[in-house]
Amino acid sequence: MLDTNSFDLRRFLQGGGHSFGVWVALVAMILFGLLRYENFGSAYNISSFLNYNAMFIVISVGMCFVILTGGIDLSVGSVAAFTSVIAAYLSPFGIEVALPGAVLAGLAIGCLNAIFVVAMRIPPFIATLATMLGAKGGALVISGAQTISIDWTSNFTKLGMENAFGLLPWTIVITAFVVIALWVVLERTSLGRTVLAVGGGEDASTMMGLNVNRAKVFVYALSGGCGGLAGVFLASGFGAGQPLEGVGWELSAIASVVVGGTLLTGGMGTVGATVAGALLLGLVFNILNFENGRGVISLSAYWQMVIRGGFLFVVILLQSQLASRAKGVTQ
Amino acid sequence: MSATVAIMRERFDPSRHGALLALAVILLFNLLVTPNFLQAQTLFVNISQVATIAIVAMGMTLVIATGGIDLSVGAIMALSGALAPLIFLSDFAAANPTLGLTASIVVPVFVALCCGIFNGVLVSFLNVQPIVATLIFFISGRGLAQVLTNGNLQTFTNPSFSYLGTGRVLGLPFQGWLVLLIALILYWVVTRSIFGRQLLAVGGNERAARLSGIPVHRVKIGAYVICAGLSGLAGLIVVAINSASDAARIGNLMELDAIAAAVVGGTLLQGGRAPIFGAILGAVIIQLVKYTLLANGIADEVALIAKAGIIIAAVYLQQARKE
Repeated sequence: MLDTNSFDLRRFLQGGGHSFGVWVALVAMILFGLLRYENFGSAYNISSFLNYNAMFIVISVGMCFVILTGGIDLSVGSVAAFTSVIAAYLSPFGIEVALPGAVLAGLAIGCLNAIFVVAMRIPPFIATLATMLGAKGGALVISGAQTISIDWTSNFTKLGMENAFGLLPWTIVITAFVVIALWVVLERTSLGRTVLAVGGGEDASTMMGLNVNRAKVFVYALSGGCGGLAGVFLASGFGAGQPLEGVGWELSAIASVVVGGTLLTGGMGTVGATVAGALLLGLVFNILNFENGRGVISLSAYWQMVIRGGFLFVVILLQSQLASRAKGVTQ
Repeated sequence: MSATVAIMRERFDPSRHGALLALAVILLFNLLVTPNFLQAQTLFVNISQVATIAIVAMGMTLVIATGGIDLSVGAIMALSGALAPLIFLSDFAAANPTLGLTASIVVPVFVALCCGIFNGVLVSFLNVQPIVATLIFFISGRGLAQVLTNGNLQTFTNPSFSYLGTGRVLGLPFQGWLVLLIALILYWVVTRSIFGRQLLAVGGNERAARLSGIPVHRVKIGAYVICAGLSGLAGLIVVAINSASDAARIGNLMELDAIAAAVVGGTLLQGGRAPIFGAILGAVIIQLVKYTLLANGIADEVALIAKAGIIIAAVYLQQARKE
């Protein structure tokens, strides 16, 4: 069994054996950036980079839990769009109302996913595809297909602009808190171990007496809630609820999880590696921007998607090599 | 005629029954409520719009029949749709109109087929899960299309190319006939050819298929290649209909429509079944729901929610029947 009592750095980094690469790549990429660009390590770049990527980190971590059970959640992008509108509508009441309100809305959609998947036994792919369409439609209906601007006089604007404890923007602090909390849940609680066990083998988990349904309901609700939080960040970052945003976010999140070494079949992966995966994909954009800034090359924004896809391809190639090697060892 | 009826009765099953029932309900509703529903114009509009969904849905049906999924169809449509005007608007095509026109149809479809080979090789030889493998082109395919066109909207007047989307044969839209032709060919392939039998066997039980000597890799690649080729064709049709090509919009969310159409048409997500005409039926239902809501002044966004409801209902019925 895994030794869950002591913190093992190597296990934290490797998380089952596939995710070491992502850390190496992340460090290499950061070093590359630091050496090549003057302002790469500036407080401004780090802060704005993390601020912008906070929403992607949050949905990637939520997605990681769903994928660990062997499921998938395609609705997160639409959920973020939907809840960004909710957050914008609630912003006059202040952050105390807007943030929990939007997260609860996301949670509600996550619970709907859970009902479809657990109670109605609809495949996760299809169930969350349907809620993706539904949430997108809902976002457009309640906003009248317009961006809903937030109330600039309320304290909602603090979220993206003011620093918590005079250090870092609130968005980053909240994200860090969520990531740490979820790391603890996955690594230190029976619920987290059940999530991993369900992905490892659902029937076996049931026979062992684990509460499989509870774990599944938890992951879908969590992913919905994470989508809700991402919606809050989206609204605060853009200063408006964005019903048309969030297209393709679910796939970016899946890509982050996969780049982090988590297998889509579930049962293996860590929160830390997923965050690293999200940071890595974000860094591709950041470095591209710096490279454009130097004026030597000029790659349009469209190239970013091509490079992202190519990146995913390389990671998948490496993963499949690792997977077949691991298989060779066990056979 | 009686033979077809017999075949239909033989192949009748509840999942398709449900879809037919849904179609009947929608048609009845439209007859009663929608103004001017019984007009030739309605038929033309719906046929020309349903064609692209139907073409992609048939390809998707083959992929799902192997137990896979193809998320890249919309991006491949964008890629081929961006390529075609680039080719027939080039200097080369201006010098050789016929050759240019041929190339503007052949090259994009060929590129699409190559994308299909890429998807298929990843899924079969490298054993990458289909969602992830096709995610690569989903992300980068549209980006490539936008890089090629620099993100510009390409408009054109080219009657010969536009025939793909606006031509009429025997009074009905050309692409409607194209759907029928493709459906007949694929129906023959699925039910009568060796490839079709192998396809269903791979989807039914991959391990058993492998052990009985079926070239599983080749069959899977074949399914992805056909799906990608059809997507490429659908991309050309969209561009021809609009006489314009916008890489950001061609085939946007098409993967969802195609999957929904396949599932509503009775394709099992676990694989092993490939109801080609079911996919067309599914595409027609999805198109009609969209049309019904729009024709009655209900916003496009509500149509999305309706589509979500249809998908859940269709799969839930499939699921309930199995248990």
